[in-house]
Amino acid sequence: MPATPAPHVNDFTIKIATVNGTGSASANTLLMKSIFRSGIPVMGKNYFPSNIQGLPTWYEIRITRDGYVARAGKVDIMVAMNAETYARDAREVAPGGYLVYDSTWPRPALLKREDVTVLGVPLAKMCNENFNGVRTRILMKNICYAGVLAALLDLDLARIRELLAETYAKKPQLVESNMKAIQLGYDYARANFSCPLALHVAPMDKTSGHILIDGNTAAALGCVFAGATVGAWYPITPSTSLMDAFKSFGERLRVDKDTGRKNFAFIQAEDELSAIGMVIGAMWNGARAFTATSGPGISLMNEFLGLAYYAEVPAVIFDIQRVGPSTGMPTRTQQCDLLLAAYASHGDTRHVCLYPSNPEECFYMAVQAFDLAERLQTPVMVLSDLDIGMNDWMCRDLKWDDSYRPDRGKMLSKEEILKLEKFHRFVDKDGDGITARTLPGVHPKAAYFTRGSGHTKFGTYTEDSAEYQEVLDRLMVKWGTAKKLVPRAVIDATAGSKVGLVSIGSCDGAIHEAMDLLKQQGVTVDYMRVRAFPFSEDVERFLEAHETLFVIEQNRDAQLRSLLTLETGVDKKKLRSLLHYDGLPISSAFIVEGVLAELHPQAKPKGAARA
Amino acid sequence: MTFIAKPKVAHPSLPKNALGFTRRDYEGSLSTLCAGCGHDSITAAIVEASWGLDLQPQNMVKLSGIGCSSKTTAYFVSGGHGFNSVHGRMPSIAMGANAANRDLTYIGVSGDGDTLSIGLGQFCHAIRRNLNMLYIIENNGVYGLTKGQFSASADVGTKAKKGETNQQPPIDPVLLAMTLGASFVARSFSGDKEQLVPLIQAGLRHRGFALIDVLSPCVTFNDHEGSTKSYAYTREHYEPAVHADFVPLQREITASYKQGESIPVVMHDGSRIVLRKLDASYDPTDRVNAAAHIQARLKEGEYLTGLLHIEASQNEFHEVNATPDAPLNSLPFEALSPGSKGLEKILARYR
Ligand SMILES: Cc1ncc(C[n+]2csc(CCOP(=O)(O)OP(=O)(O)O)c2C)c(N)n1
Ligand code: SF4
Ligand SMILES: [Mg+2]
Repeated sequence: MPATPAPHVNDFTIKIATVNGTGSASANTLLMKSIFRSGIPVMGKNYFPSNIQGLPTWYEIRITRDGYVARAGKVDIMVAMNAETYARDAREVAPGGYLVYDSTWPRPALLKREDVTVLGVPLAKMCNENFNGVRTRILMKNICYAGVLAALLDLDLARIRELLAETYAKKPQLVESNMKAIQLGYDYARANFSCPLALHVAPMDKTSGHILIDGNTAAALGCVFAGATVGAWYPITPSTSLMDAFKSFGERLRVDKDTGRKNFAFIQAEDELSAIGMVIGAMWNGARAFTATSGPGISLMNEFLGLAYYAEVPAVIFDIQRVGPSTGMPTRTQQCDLLLAAYASHGDTRHVCLYPSNPEECFYMAVQAFDLAERLQTPVMVLSDLDIGMNDWMCRDLKWDDSYRPDRGKMLSKEEILKLEKFHRFVDKDGDGITARTLPGVHPKAAYFTRGSGHTKFGTYTEDSAEYQEVLDRLMVKWGTAKKLVPRAVIDATAGSKVGLVSIGSCDGAIHEAMDLLKQQGVTVDYMRVRAFPFSEDVERFLEAHETLFVIEQNRDAQLRSLLTLETGVDKKKLRSLLHYDGLPISSAFIVEGVLAELHPQAKPKGAARA
Repeated sequence: MTFIAKPKVAHPSLPKNALGFTRRDYEGSLSTLCAGCGHDSITAAIVEASWGLDLQPQNMVKLSGIGCSSKTTAYFVSGGHGFNSVHGRMPSIAMGANAANRDLTYIGVSGDGDTLSIGLGQFCHAIRRNLNMLYIIENNGVYGLTKGQFSASADVGTKAKKGETNQQPPIDPVLLAMTLGASFVARSFSGDKEQLVPLIQAGLRHRGFALIDVLSPCVTFNDHEGSTKSYAYTREHYEPAVHADFVPLQREITASYKQGESIPVVMHDGSRIVLRKLDASYDPTDRVNAAAHIQARLKEGEYLTGLLHIEASQNEFHEVNATPDAPLNSLPFEALSPGSKGLEKILARYR
């Protein structure tokens, strides 16, 4: 392992501008993984259009020896492969950075910037000379720029070959053609530029015990490990890959080799109303079931969520948040469903929500969601977002405790039922607001009638005020129990500061980085990340203990701040909002600027959006 | 209005089925529907059919949406779990429940409003998935529970109680189900228990989606002169085309049917339905011609009834999905979770 690296080594960002549908994803993954396998922390962010082919797409690879996971907020090396966006791509490069472009055609406009080094590589020309077929040439052009970067950054070609061999284990001829394209780019760069650049990579040992995974895959894996057997959904970006992953894990891990029978049901519903209905029906009947959707789907699911809340049926819903309102920007990220999810449906409803901050937490929270849903007999929503769900994050190895057994909650067995004189669905025997339930098909004595209409604690229909209210009040007792069962907030109060940052979900990475940057400027702050709704007791205490609180979130309307003011006793005057809602993941610079603007208004007159 | 528990007095002389249950054991709580409502007769037919089939009450799952008709799942088989869900969305609850446990008997009760308007999408897709359930529409041409608005099954020219005439063409659930590929499609009348009980039995035994559209007059909002769904009109314009007798596995066919007139259909469990053609020109196994015939009679204002279409159902949901024979909700956790060793292998892909 090298000693302390030089300033530019292992700490820069590459952005690749391409057109979607041209196969650039495999080139980008190849680059990411080869850096990752050299022991250097990396982060990938994909900015893609809501379109299948022909629109601009960007992929950002942040090489970060400190292991930061947020968007960098600046670009050191731009690989400009899309003529349509050349101008803006060229503008985005930080002074002192590099611009790589396809010099098959002259691009005088690109050469205008004097503060960046422009590196032209005749990618199209080389690929046209070396490969046949239009599609192959386009694909190879992308692989070729990976070769150029390999030379510029000093990547190990043997590692690239190893990765290609894994990817194309069944098609070895593809390994050779891809390697040929890599070599073309690599040799050209070596021959024409002084390689490596000042910005380059040098092997470290910071990625062992880590994986590169996206949140949707990790969440799907959580569902598999939690023993989910029914997945019902209606396709919507950015949640689709969660269901795709569940299906492919199922097909790999849950199919009987002899009979071909599948130990799971995968149902593509006709809409989200139906998807959530199926989940409710399946969990009511004792299978672990879930759906994945995004904001528009949650809007449609409202009526059923209210039924599940009031009729006390477990359900697990993943909301991979995207930019709203309405169809919004389907391929951009936000945390804009916090309020919608917390109180979805008419009447007095409230739902348990979990807020993962990265793929690792998606995995564990997926499992927890099933346990909580069955323990509390209520819907549990896992609010991930596009940034977590669809981008590749470096996170710690997922761990599994083999002693884990699903918490099915108060689900009575046949033996328990037989011991009962009479079964009453909604009678609270333990004082925790949770009542026993039974499954169909077990015993006639255990039968009950599930309804969303007014019911008594015995489960029978009522229009009597007192009987109705008794059940509604007991649901609040159960909510109190939920407060004790949900994951607690993550609190870092080591600074002992009077200033606290409060945030949620995918802001976490940027906040950790911002705290380091603030510290360098002499500003130390405490930090609390809420991980669940209802808020646990420690949330209230943290808010109480700090004089100034920055609530940092990715939506326009300060939804987390609203939830905090609604559900805790916090003094509103203490809360300052830092709101990031342009659809790109929040960066540390945004937070640093916002905090400094508030704490030292003289020093930094222009701050971030505040509310 | 609160729940009224029906006293269960077992009379020693009441006949018992093979499980030792009397008809009373298949009843539910007391109906709160209007006296004379067609829906109550259908409830009685379900009780009779379930008793006659020797079904274990706890193995029956009753599902419904919202409406007077949907309330009736509380009025039969109190020994089975019931789920009165939300308006028009019962099929998705049924799908999920059935996915979780394929071993139980699922019976859905819906209304013409619940099925043909707000729930039309879910109804169609349940048929497409060939969800193994009996789906009964208690069809009265109106929204009973919201006080008599026309439903999507109201015929052109039918008059509302307040005098308004319906101008929009109806959606016929029978024809719709046939075009969507349903393999068991029947129509009946709440006032014809003779016809309805064996149809319910056959529908419960059919593997796949079984639809029975039951004309079920609403005495309060749609039983007047000028209505095409009144008792009087239905009796007059009701044409039994095919009578279906359900013959359980263990019983012999006792009645003798004339060759050519009777068609025995063998169900997946070996029990039989013996179809008696009452209209010689009608063939319930020929989907295309049967549908044409039904439509032609509808044009004349006549409802053909009976088991209007039947074919051996293939590929119900679980067959397509290739789920194991054991219900998914009964699989041991060990069979579902790959464990720490499995996780290690999986993670290798992400390094
Ligand atoms: C979302 C929603 N919209 C409207 C209603 C009001 N509503 C209750 S029952 C019903 C119509 C029921 O008609 P049908 O299914 O034909 O049943 P019937 O009462 O005639 O048996 C309506 C519109 C509702 N419960 N939920
Ligand atoms: S209103 Fe009509 S459908 Fe409803 S209970 Fe009365 S008669 Fe039956
Ligand atoms: Mg009706």
